[in-house]
Amino acid sequence: MGAFESILLTVITAATPLLLAAIGELVVERSGVLNLGVEGMMIVGAVMGFAGAQATGSPYLGAVFALLSGMGMALLFGFLTLHLVANQVATGLALTLLGLGLSGMIGEAFVGQPGIRLTGIDIPVLSDLPLVGRLLFGQDVLVYLSLILVAGVSYVLFRTRAGLIIRAVGDNHASAHALGVSVIKVRYLAVLFGGACAGLAGGYLSLVYTPQWVEGMTAGRGWIALALVVFATWRPVRVLAGAYLFGAVGILQFHAQAHGVGIPSQFLSALPYIATIAVLVIISRNRILTRVNTPACLGRPFVPDR
Amino acid sequence: MKKLFGIALAAALGLGLTSAQAEDKLKIGFIYVGPIGDYGWSYQHNQGRLAIEAAFGDKVETTYIESVSEGPDAERAIERLARDGAKMIFTTSFGFMNPTLKVAKKFPDVMFEHATGYKRADNVSTYSARFYEGRYVIGQIAAKVSKTGTAGYIGSFPIPEVVRGINSFMLGAQSVDPDFKIKVVWANSWYDPGKEADAAKALLDQGADVISQHTDSPAPLQVAEERGAVGFGQASDMIKFAPNAQLTAIVDDWSVYYVNRVQAVLDGTWKSEDVWGGFSEDMVLMAPFTNLPEDVANEAAAMTDKIRSGEFHPFTGPIYKQNGDLAVEDGIILDDGTLLGMNWYVKGIEDQLPQ
Repeated sequence: MGAFESILLTVITAATPLLLAAIGELVVERSGVLNLGVEGMMIVGAVMGFAGAQATGSPYLGAVFALLSGMGMALLFGFLTLHLVANQVATGLALTLLGLGLSGMIGEAFVGQPGIRLTGIDIPVLSDLPLVGRLLFGQDVLVYLSLILVAGVSYVLFRTRAGLIIRAVGDNHASAHALGVSVIKVRYLAVLFGGACAGLAGGYLSLVYTPQWVEGMTAGRGWIALALVVFATWRPVRVLAGAYLFGAVGILQFHAQAHGVGIPSQFLSALPYIATIAVLVIISRNRILTRVNTPACLGRPFVPDR
Repeated sequence: MKKLFGIALAAALGLGLTSAQAEDKLKIGFIYVGPIGDYGWSYQHNQGRLAIEAAFGDKVETTYIESVSEGPDAERAIERLARDGAKMIFTTSFGFMNPTLKVAKKFPDVMFEHATGYKRADNVSTYSARFYEGRYVIGQIAAKVSKTGTAGYIGSFPIPEVVRGINSFMLGAQSVDPDFKIKVVWANSWYDPGKEADAAKALLDQGADVISQHTDSPAPLQVAEERGAVGFGQASDMIKFAPNAQLTAIVDDWSVYYVNRVQAVLDGTWKSEDVWGGFSEDMVLMAPFTNLPEDVANEAAAMTDKIRSGEFHPFTGPIYKQNGDLAVEDGIILDDGTLLGMNWYVKGIEDQLPQ
């Protein structure tokens, strides 16, 4: 395996959890809901993914557990903010705190146990091709799923009626309501989708990235995913670009350090953040387009009868 | 974020603490900087707490507050334990130093034990462990098993504790192979499994075939296992994560010290001290030497014994600094003060120490 290929493989692993979480949150925010609980849903997904794999012996079932537990957390968020119209920002933060605490409690028995790795697929002949074999045909299913999700979300949001409804709810919930769209239902579905994606992202950490459970292992990746959505101006393909850029710079800075380039490591550690923000700000510099893309009702609660 | 979490946890646990039990028991409190589920630093301190419970049973009662951030929160958490009747409090992170002393002043009859600090008072002891003794042993092992002659070293932050470890590792390696190379990367985090794994992959891609780490998770070892490289466990024995890759681990073991100190309190002989223990005090242990040729394992065990008995000290001169200056003269052992404040690399390390 060449160094270049090896670096690319590492970048894919680093980018995938961010991409999964961010693409889910993108849909949530497009529907006008701001869920700051991504980190919390992710960490619960991580511990439940680990637990599910341990209990069933199958990392794939573990990933399903991760997905469902993320949805469970999202359902709680939906109930509080959509049903009871609680403040979305406060509820999202509370969801993160809850997730961190809850996952620690659930995971207590798993500390110090090695996990079960969800390995890459192996297609005869294709996976063994020189150079591109492992890269294109040897990834784990979640990597392909994350890319399919980007394409799917992009298509649904901008090319289908369902996407139009989601965006309408996010841009002007009163008008959407007047047209007979069930705003709450659409938002519930979006929030659940976001939870599923965040849960999977967490599962990716405990099943593929580092197959183990330790408390707080998401280490802020949920917050990075949230930031990616905003800096990508709610565009799926830009989220993809942002996640891979962040992953790539993060890996390359370690190579730069190991190579001994003489740049302070603190600066190199900050580089992924700086580079990602800079690039996404530059590609989103058209302010009119940015405003068009920003969901106008983001974070605003909807109460049909008032 | 972490802070908020800490407050919430401290509050939640604080409520649990108020249910005071029988007064004749010695109440002992612990403050941890991380979650006890980190399988690293805080986990090992909690193992020490459990050892106290196992040793003294009904005679003691222990409580702990985890994930306390190093700042104003710490003072509140420590004071909470003291107000709750704890007669002995272990504060287990460097950053708890000043808060510990502040609270100690207010509660002169409570005995405090602060880990890795250097400020003491009549009722505040300090204790730490000489992990560098283990690092010398693994440095020697690394130089013996490496085929590329290059080790990768994942550092957390460039503080004296970590720099001392890198130097000790390198001195050990150089005693076997004077041309041994070390590649150092800084994760700028104590604890981020994903980042640690990425760092390990980068080091392996750049030609290192032995990985050593001064960060807390088993992730780098898992990477080594997957890539067919080898490495060393940190803080705990991590053999389960890397049955074919872990050569040994430097294990923090606080239990002997903790049990001794509690015994001293029960006997009424406790007094303020400063303990910096290593192999000889059983504060630092080597996990079994595995996946090694027999002679290498035997030599490693022999070196461990030599350091334990005091026959050999890893920082015995001549030691040269990175720039070639003589730091320690031939036959002289570096004093503890210099060791504690170490902010320079030994000769042969190519990395530039971040300042």
